[in-house]
Amino acid sequence: MSLMKYTAIELGKMIASGEISAVEAAGDCLEAIRKNEPDINAFVTVCDEQSVLKKAEEVQKKINSGELLSPIAGVPVAIKDNMCTADILTTCSSRILSNFIPPYTATAVECLESAGAVIVGKTNMDEFAMGSTTETSFYGATKNPHDKTRVPGGSSGGSAAAVAAGEVTFALGSDTGGSIRQPASHCGVVGIKPTYGTVSRYGLVAYGSSLDQIGPIAKDVSDCAAILEIISSYDTKDSTSFKRDDTDFTTALKNDVNGLKIGIPGDYFGTGLDSEVKKALLDAADVLKSRGAELEYFDLSLTEFAVPAYYIIASAEASSNLSRFDGVKYGYRTGEYENLHQMYKKTRSEGFGTEVKRRIMLGSFVLSSGYYDAYYLKALKAKNLIKQAFDKAFGKYDLIIGPVSPSTAPELGTSLDDPVKMYLGDIYTVAANLIGLPAISVPCGRDSKGLPVGMMLTGKCFDEKTVIRAAYTYEQETQI
Amino acid sequence: MKQYETVIGLEVHVELATKTKIFCGCSTRFGGEVNTHTCPVCTGMPGALPVLNKKVVEYAIAVGLATNCEINRNCRFDRKNYFYPDNPQDYQISQLYEPVCLNGHVDITVNGTGKSVGIHEIHMEEDAGKLIHEENGSMSLIDFNRSGVPLIEIVSEPDMRSAEEVISYLEKLRTTIQYLGASDCKLQEGSMRADVNLSVREEGSLVLGTRTEMKNLNSFKAISRAIDAERNRQIRIIESGKRVVQETRRWDDNKEESYSMRSKEDAQDYRYFPDPDLPGIFISQEWIDAIKADEPEFKTAKMARYAKEYGIPESDADIITDSRHMADIFEETVKLCGQPKKAANWLMVDTIRLLKENSMDPEDIRFSPENLAKLIKLNMSGTINSSVAKEVFEKMFDGDMDPESYVKEHGLAQENDEDALKATVQKVIDENPRSVEDYRNGKEKAIGFLVGQTMKAMQGKANPGIVNKILKELL
Repeated sequence: MSLMKYTAIELGKMIASGEISAVEAAGDCLEAIRKNEPDINAFVTVCDEQSVLKKAEEVQKKINSGELLSPIAGVPVAIKDNMCTADILTTCSSRILSNFIPPYTATAVECLESAGAVIVGKTNMDEFAMGSTTETSFYGATKNPHDKTRVPGGSSGGSAAAVAAGEVTFALGSDTGGSIRQPASHCGVVGIKPTYGTVSRYGLVAYGSSLDQIGPIAKDVSDCAAILEIISSYDTKDSTSFKRDDTDFTTALKNDVNGLKIGIPGDYFGTGLDSEVKKALLDAADVLKSRGAELEYFDLSLTEFAVPAYYIIASAEASSNLSRFDGVKYGYRTGEYENLHQMYKKTRSEGFGTEVKRRIMLGSFVLSSGYYDAYYLKALKAKNLIKQAFDKAFGKYDLIIGPVSPSTAPELGTSLDDPVKMYLGDIYTVAANLIGLPAISVPCGRDSKGLPVGMMLTGKCFDEKTVIRAAYTYEQETQI
Repeated sequence: MKQYETVIGLEVHVELATKTKIFCGCSTRFGGEVNTHTCPVCTGMPGALPVLNKKVVEYAIAVGLATNCEINRNCRFDRKNYFYPDNPQDYQISQLYEPVCLNGHVDITVNGTGKSVGIHEIHMEEDAGKLIHEENGSMSLIDFNRSGVPLIEIVSEPDMRSAEEVISYLEKLRTTIQYLGASDCKLQEGSMRADVNLSVREEGSLVLGTRTEMKNLNSFKAISRAIDAERNRQIRIIESGKRVVQETRRWDDNKEESYSMRSKEDAQDYRYFPDPDLPGIFISQEWIDAIKADEPEFKTAKMARYAKEYGIPESDADIITDSRHMADIFEETVKLCGQPKKAANWLMVDTIRLLKENSMDPEDIRFSPENLAKLIKLNMSGTINSSVAKEVFEKMFDGDMDPESYVKEHGLAQENDEDALKATVQKVIDENPRSVEDYRNGKEKAIGFLVGQTMKAMQGKANPGIVNKILKELL
């Protein structure tokens, strides 16, 4: 039986106690990947076996000498393919970066490496994190391990599927509008998006710079808390990084929600939400209530403006962030061209997929002179109003409980034809990114098709601990 | 013919003298092997992020204060989006909506008349890399060493009316910025670049004419020539009943003419928006006060003080204070030797001449005030005469050295002892009977020849005053 059935912390303990070695864990992980990849396609790159084993051996030496004491020392990890890893292909699942090997490593990945985690590969994603299904990848869709005819969600679908399929015990994802929480929900695993500024964005290939955050995807809340603790850092290489001294998230792993005030936005539970998803969520809310939390319905308001505001802001930033992929310095360049302008045009036409091009055009449009005020500035105003609505709610409640996604995982090939419908599926997740709030997705049962449902708990800025505590309590109370 | 008025506004780019680039830790040093002063940030690698160099903001504020600007307490950076290979991110980080300095002015004097030139704004931005084109046209390469070097752009109001005013404004800006140490402001090397916005209108008209923007102006002379040529070109167009086209033009200083680069219709939409990677910069009053407190004494104040303290005429002080480096050498030298007039003379005559001969700037002066002070003392005490002093000074100019040891090592001290000189003078008299006779016959000039012969015999090391005296006695 594969060691990958354990959580990261369990595996870390087994390695630390000498029960198994880091090399065994790495070998077992690679074996699980070999076995599952033909069905799942969670990885863009699986690292060379020899180099992974050699790395594991080095880590083991440091564990033996007492140099490495972290809870994940020797534990294999998969990294979403939009985080730079020195000497390892980093494609963002795009043709335009299909040959890009970064000269440096992202800070969050460095944090994991210094803690002794062993990188085994880079996971599939929607191209440049634009999508909710992992189907926009240049490297083909990833399949949901719970039902291989369905998508794993996205954009961190490869990371969520790899954890759910037992290919790795944990992975890093990134969340711009729900890209950690939604695939975690669809794959029945746990994913947390921390407060904006908590994990360094240095080395994360930017999609929406004001929205992007890296976070863990793992099997349970304890793993997520421990990993988030490790990757949180104040990084002088990221000007939006925030210095905080309260990132000891594992101290929040307490089975106790007594007296916690939790708001249920009535706006989130109306039309548009699948009835089975709704039932699973309300049952989950009841569990928290039975443990002493005070639950109350309220009107959050403005919820219909979150998606349009998000798509305007994210696309505007993306249109600028993705300019640098121009065929000049690295990445794909078109084969034949007569002049510079044509080289740019052909490279980008051939290098980017449909969804990415759609968002670049959308973003370029909303920033154009004459439209800037009507779209971009208006979206910023909407964002401020939404923030005020959340501030008001958090004046009353410690947490907000809601769905992650209106439905469980859709079937492969059914989402991309109607992008607006796909965008509207982000309705519950994007607000946390617009405002920078921490939010977690924890499994809360299954629908009648046997597909996982996720519950989202959103906290105040910098209050991951309450989010983690409530999620942990729910998990403990529902464990069989 | 109608009378026309020229209306000129300037956009001046100045490369700041920070050690490291504006958004990363790479060196700003000019030159260097291509692509060696680079990192993921200044080459636009995926995932790299900018971190602002605080010194850039300090220099920008200092220049703003020196040009009477208001400091924008909440300034921030915006992205200017355009595709070009020298621009690694395909956007330039600049300031549009909230520039660091606003509403200033620079006072200039042209032909004795004072005038105030308004500063619309000063903003901070990053420089681009440099394209290197293969001569056979087969390929273009990019050097990113300059990419991310900090710049400020000083945008004036359209307040200037002639090339003279423009040059005066630029000189004032350059001196001020050099005094602040914020830049060396070398037009030839591109650390100061001026784009000229110019339009003409009928004298008395209050409506501005259509303007053009002139680029590629690499010297004050080129700027003057370009302004005159553009003024005449626009007047010719108007006189022939046509309209001036709003466009960007490039000046060719060899041909002394300009050609169109792009018209307004081709103008790109830069899609400016606030850079989400860089939080707004809050500039506190304390920070502004600290920068103000560090402000040096500027040229105008120095000139007044030199007249008052040292009795140096304004025209001399004007030359010396043109460069802060030279003014510093002057003040230090005076402190050491107490001879302001001598020090001024060495600087404004001999130094300026040597700088010109070597096409150097005052900033390139290498000799130290200590050694100049020593030279002045050696000359004043009569240890060396003036012509030897000039010779020693030239050596000092080439490579700073101690004039005292140099005079000793090369035996350049002059002979001041009358008895020692008498023998040589007598010999010269004996060998030149004709000149002696001329002198005795009333030809006063002949003595000059005899002094010269004595100096020659003494290899220049005699005190010419004493030689003259002995000659007169012996004759």
